[in-house]
Amino acid sequence: MKKLNVLPMIALTIMLGAVAAAMLIPILLTFTNSLMTEQEIGRNYDLIGQMTDVAAGGKDAFVNLKILPDWLSLEQYTQLLIFSPKYLRMFWNSAAMVVPIIAGQTVIAALASYALAKLRFWGRDKLFMLYIMTMLMPFQVTLVPNYLVVDKLGLMNHEAAIILPGIFGAFGVFMLRQFMAHIPNAYTEAAKIDGAGQWTIFSRIIIPMVKPGLAALIVLLFVDYWNMIEQPLIFLQDSAKQPLSLYLAQIDKEARGIGFAASVLYMTPLVLLFLYAESYFIEGIQLSGIKG
Amino acid sequence: MFLAPSLIGFAMFYLIPFAMGIYESFTDNAIGGTFVGLDNYKELLASGSFRKAASNMFLFTGISVPLLIALSLFLAILLNRPLFLRNWLRTAFILPLVVPVASIVMIWQIFFDWNGTLNAWLHHYGMARVDWLQSDGSMGVLVVMYIWKNIGYNMILFLAGLQTIPQDYYETARIEGAGRVRQLFHVTLVYLTPTMFFVLLISIINSFKVFRETYLLAGDYPYDRIYMMQHFMNNMFFSLDIQKLTAAATLMVGCIVIVVTGLLRVERRFREFME
Repeated sequence: MKKLNVLPMIALTIMLGAVAAAMLIPILLTFTNSLMTEQEIGRNYDLIGQMTDVAAGGKDAFVNLKILPDWLSLEQYTQLLIFSPKYLRMFWNSAAMVVPIIAGQTVIAALASYALAKLRFWGRDKLFMLYIMTMLMPFQVTLVPNYLVVDKLGLMNHEAAIILPGIFGAFGVFMLRQFMAHIPNAYTEAAKIDGAGQWTIFSRIIIPMVKPGLAALIVLLFVDYWNMIEQPLIFLQDSAKQPLSLYLAQIDKEARGIGFAASVLYMTPLVLLFLYAESYFIEGIQLSGIKG
Repeated sequence: MFLAPSLIGFAMFYLIPFAMGIYESFTDNAIGGTFVGLDNYKELLASGSFRKAASNMFLFTGISVPLLIALSLFLAILLNRPLFLRNWLRTAFILPLVVPVASIVMIWQIFFDWNGTLNAWLHHYGMARVDWLQSDGSMGVLVVMYIWKNIGYNMILFLAGLQTIPQDYYETARIEGAGRVRQLFHVTLVYLTPTMFFVLLISIINSFKVFRETYLLAGDYPYDRIYMMQHFMNNMFFSLDIQKLTAAATLMVGCIVIVVTGLLRVERRFREFME
């Protein structure tokens, strides 16, 4: 056995700890700043977004990011939750779009990936390749045609314009296909010999075996769609229907006072879900990286 | 049939629009246009803002992807060694992947503002301040943000790759007198190559999607240096210049298809070589 040197281990831990801390700083600062009063925020970050011209006699004035609030206060939160109904509305909008997308894509992708992983038919692998290619395209690539389709269906400015394409997204098919490809064919063949039909094999054997895959997919989809910016930016012109992600993008100087609290509330569901299901999250990413 | 629901929706919202888009890029009007061959492409390539967007895109990918891969690989190798608090550290590196960019964008804006914290530091050390978001430095800001966001993802993939390398290989290399550096290049990197292909692919694709970060940081019309392809496409959409937009989209599809098939081909060659 190799003996473990404790000293280099400590040094390495401290070094990586410092890097990790640096990476977490933006998140921590957002949190601590959310506990300041609106007045404190206003006072502190007043100069942001203004050009002070030193050459023309302006002062060299700087704004430092404040780490700790002078007074702990929940003022931002109460302002946000009680006095700005728009925020709650957008929070609800986000949820109302993300939940159907996740539910729909998971079910439909599970069915399709079973066919792509375990059934044999002509052009199967070519079709899977098509799904992968589509998954890799940026949203803007299909912008116009998508717009025309949505328009033709009369869904413009309607949440369904976001939800329907989301449900048929290619990512779920890709990921679950990778999970299912790892299930040995012996399982399905044994069931077939016992006289099980395709549906029985799918629901009794495959689905229970890919449960971790389903969990991973749900987490990854939640992260993806909770953050979406591009689709609602194009398809939802009506601000009463927009999700929370756009609220934060449009936050202006006046609202900065409550912006930090809005940010914290916005990221909370994601962070909690991640900490709760971290192992699924990691497994999902790792498995999607292995070619089946 | 299991595939049917997915296939119908997939065709309706992705495949058919796709084909329509490519077709339209060769016509002169979105509805009932006539075939005009490559005219739209000529016009597109002559357009200044398209060239700007395309060169920014390539510059960004060229800088950020190698940097990201090098850093995340380094991090993964360190995390794969004996270490205290490993799981905590790993969680910390992955967390930015989950946290929405929209949530932390205010902190970034304050940090990089003309009167912001970074300039305060520069000033403290007697250097001139830089208007980060309104200068060529904006590209740097974007690269930092992209790396911050994606490093955890690549690190997870590399860690998985590292764990598949049997310890015996290192033992053998050590017995044959290979030093640490040789071990890194002749064992670690060689056996990590399959992972590397995938990481490279995903990193390139993600760098094409950096629009979201740019939009949140700088809005619809950011400084020239960070005017990305998707800004161009979004703005073409809102100004109803559908022909240029579909032509640009088709070129982008072409680019991605070339990158993907190219990488897959090299990977296959590599696998045959290993066997």
